[in-house]
Amino acid sequence: MTDDELIWRVAGGSGDGIDSTSQNFAKALMRSGLDVFTHRHYPSRIRGGHTYVEIRAKDGNVTSRGDGYNFLLALGDSFARNPTDDAVYGDEEVKPLTENLDDLREGGIIVYDEGLLDEDDVEGLDERAEENGWHVYPLDLRGIAKEHGREVMRNTAGVGATAALTDMDLDHIEDLMSDAMGGEVLEQNLEVLHDAYDQVNEMEFSHDLRVPEGEHDEEQVLVSGSHGIAYAAIDAGCRFIAGYPMTPWTDVYTIMTSLLPDMGGISEQVEDEIAAAALAVGASHAGVKAMSGSSGGGFALMSEPLGLAEMTETPLVLLEAMRAGPSTGMPTKPEQADLEHILYTSQGDSHRVAFGPSDPKECYEQTRTAFEIAWEYQIPSIVVYDQKLSGEYRNVDASFFDREPNPTLGSTLTEDELAEAPHDDTGKFHRFQQETDNGVSPRSIPGQKGGRYLASGNEHWPNGHIAEDPDNRQMQVDRRIQKLESIRTDLDERDQQVVYGDEDADFGLVVWGSQQGTVEEAVNRLNANGNSVKALGVSDLSPFPVEEVSAFVDSVDEALVVEMSATKQFRGLIQKEAGTFGGKLSSLLKYNGNPFEPAEIVEAVEIEQNGGDEQPTAQTTLEPAAGD
Amino acid sequence: MSKAFSAIGEERDVERDEFTPGVEPQPTWCPGCGDFGVLKALKGAMAELGKDPEEILLCTGIGCSGKLNSYFDSYGFHTIHGRSLPVARASKLANHDLEVVAAGGDGDGYGIGGNHFMHTARENHDLTYIVFNNEIFGLTKGQTSPTSPKGHKSKTQPHGVAKDPLRPLSMSLSAGASYIARTAAVNPNQAQEILVEAMEHDGFAHVDFLTQCPTWNKDAKQYVPYVDVQESDDYDFDVSDRREASEMMYETEDALHEGTVLTGRYYKQEGRNSYQQEKQARGDMPEEPLAGAYFDDDKEWERSYEFIDRHK
Ligand SMILES: Cc1ncc(C[n+]2csc(CCOP(=O)(O)OP(=O)(O)O)c2C)c(N)n1
Ligand code: SF4
Repeated sequence: MTDDELIWRVAGGSGDGIDSTSQNFAKALMRSGLDVFTHRHYPSRIRGGHTYVEIRAKDGNVTSRGDGYNFLLALGDSFARNPTDDAVYGDEEVKPLTENLDDLREGGIIVYDEGLLDEDDVEGLDERAEENGWHVYPLDLRGIAKEHGREVMRNTAGVGATAALTDMDLDHIEDLMSDAMGGEVLEQNLEVLHDAYDQVNEMEFSHDLRVPEGEHDEEQVLVSGSHGIAYAAIDAGCRFIAGYPMTPWTDVYTIMTSLLPDMGGISEQVEDEIAAAALAVGASHAGVKAMSGSSGGGFALMSEPLGLAEMTETPLVLLEAMRAGPSTGMPTKPEQADLEHILYTSQGDSHRVAFGPSDPKECYEQTRTAFEIAWEYQIPSIVVYDQKLSGEYRNVDASFFDREPNPTLGSTLTEDELAEAPHDDTGKFHRFQQETDNGVSPRSIPGQKGGRYLASGNEHWPNGHIAEDPDNRQMQVDRRIQKLESIRTDLDERDQQVVYGDEDADFGLVVWGSQQGTVEEAVNRLNANGNSVKALGVSDLSPFPVEEVSAFVDSVDEALVVEMSATKQFRGLIQKEAGTFGGKLSSLLKYNGNPFEPAEIVEAVEIEQNGGDEQPTAQTTLEPAAGD
Repeated sequence: MSKAFSAIGEERDVERDEFTPGVEPQPTWCPGCGDFGVLKALKGAMAELGKDPEEILLCTGIGCSGKLNSYFDSYGFHTIHGRSLPVARASKLANHDLEVVAAGGDGDGYGIGGNHFMHTARENHDLTYIVFNNEIFGLTKGQTSPTSPKGHKSKTQPHGVAKDPLRPLSMSLSAGASYIARTAAVNPNQAQEILVEAMEHDGFAHVDFLTQCPTWNKDAKQYVPYVDVQESDDYDFDVSDRREASEMMYETEDALHEGTVLTGRYYKQEGRNSYQQEKQARGDMPEEPLAGAYFDDDKEWERSYEFIDRHK
């Protein structure tokens, strides 16, 4: 059987260059005209420990990592450097060759570095290979690397071997190598690449996996969700970021920091996340488009400055890159269980706008929306995404990023406008007074003539002074809430929700965030198998798109809400905002640290369509509709 | 661009009354509260410096002290408990032409905001930080604060606090503040002089301002009689010498526990770059105020498309 896709897994130890190797290889595949999608798995450990990256490449849109893989490059060893005999990591040393071998598809290829991995240590590999029709190619990658250069170049040898085994041209790989290095290192790497390629080419092949062929109409770029967010912020005119490192938010933070100072912007690493968000508030108040962000535990600390921004109506964008919790949870594993945390953190009748993008393009679009809304309506917006989306690379048309920047400060007055604006008897600007029909009260920036006011986290009069007057209190609360209604109307026009599949299907899936692409693939497969299903990907989390979600659920007999959370947080949100839909909603949950695979969703939909009595075979949970 | 922030740098004589926000609001501070002294000194200092109310940003925390900018007319940001410094820092980075002053209580600055205090001092931001040190939590009705003396009894420490009080001057010095002084509300003239110096100083200026709280801190403390260490013949030390300053601070802190109030300038480090200058020297921060860029119609904004090549 010839697959129409290559799912290449490169496995080894953390710190072995798996990341850079895989990125270059993904780029080479992209340049050859294929669509690519990468998935990264790594432990919370710096050196050593098993890690892998999967690259799925095919002709045409890829929206998920797929199920399993068909090519394993086991670079080994994933052990800590200088392992001791009695170390407690079990069979860590051969893990690249054993971990998740069940997921290797029938007829798949295994290349392993016999210079480092001993096949005899892998129990039953021969028998399993026999049973599954796997093709095993031991190669002394380390030997080849050492012969021409240094041992670390065994990654290059592995890429050369892969190219030979899949009949792939070396041109793109060579180009990328020459872009990345030069001099002797480049020479040596090229020798390693060619030597491995030639040695493999001389071997007898028993498999028939070929790299697929494809073509793009337009030039492509390979970007992650984190790039989508960072680039959107830059295009939105954000020139100030403050943060404190925490996985996986650190990705956006470092991308921004590598760019901002050279563009005349400012990046600050500060003492903690309370400070980080408070700095973003301060910079924004003083007239700069600013943002901050963190992951679960760090975001918890931002709850205070978030509320301050809301009360003082200071524009602010915060990012929340989710990982499995509670507490420090699993730092390098994705989950979608911070949804309620971001929606409800901070005391009082507090409000924020929240977006949950699903892929690098949506990361870009929605982060730009987040800035526009935050500055127009003077309210904090949150972009919530997860560890999976943060580090997931996909190809996007290069022209997608060719957008006009939007550095406007939204509803901010010039000094001329301030001269006309309302002031109190003593010349203080009535900054918190509604003059517009959307509840927004345009602001001044410190240093502007005629704009003097007090921004207070306490309830305040129009000029900002602390007030406990009941009428004023009610007016201010109502005005802040009125802004949300206007935002909902504004967001409706942007129509950020995605409907996918058979329009008149009776079975629906509802999903948000990084799981959307996987659901789309499942919908394709189900419909190709003669089912009729459709899916709704929800991007606006607050204010919630009640009408759109209601219309979708109303249009089907049954809907399955798919999320990476044990406590059905997303389903809870739908039910809170849009109603319980008479027990139409059931849930498919996964919370073992791994994202969904399309086959798991296909299985669940089939079970549901058969009455929902079985439990899935995968590590997922089906929760019946309320009332069942 | 000058049009965007034309209140900044305007040269004229500024009257201290310009900092009074009219008849309303009347201060809610108790009669006899030391906070009035800070307000008075600050108004005087700003007028002396000739600062326009609209080129000043006064960031405060929460507490009786945090209400300072309700009674002082300028741009103001009344933040949250302990967080005036991060907000002030970023405002200054965003527009370094603004005169940014942060203020709050000893609970606010040395307790809940202690981490921010330490790091702001270390980074040597060009800010003036006024800590209203009344050795008590005022607004929440008299609980023990980080500077309350050992043995102090309050509703939250009914058997008397078992902790030694924090040493704000010494702490500030070791954290890295480049100007450190202590003054007292009972001496507004010295206070005004010190605030002027603090604001003129290019770097982090920490003013520990002794403010009496007659409502909750009954067993003292009007901080009188006070001694001005610069005026007294008993003390002779070099404010630019770190070691001498450190010893003098230690002595001052011990003396206060024993009931002797020493005030004055304790440390002044000349020639050290402020954080902003350090960042600018590294190309990490623009020379012109960043906030001005948003009002500059001629500015060409860079965009992500310029970075896209590396992803091809
Ligand atoms: C996060 C948080 N914790 C507690 C409080 C309650 N609170 C308000 S003022 C204050 C103490 C203020 O003491 P201090 O900073 O010494 O100022 P003072 O009132 O004495 O001027 C406290 C604990 C709060 N507002 N926010
Ligand atoms: S409680 Fe103390 S600090 Fe607060 S206003 Fe009254 S006297 Fe001043």
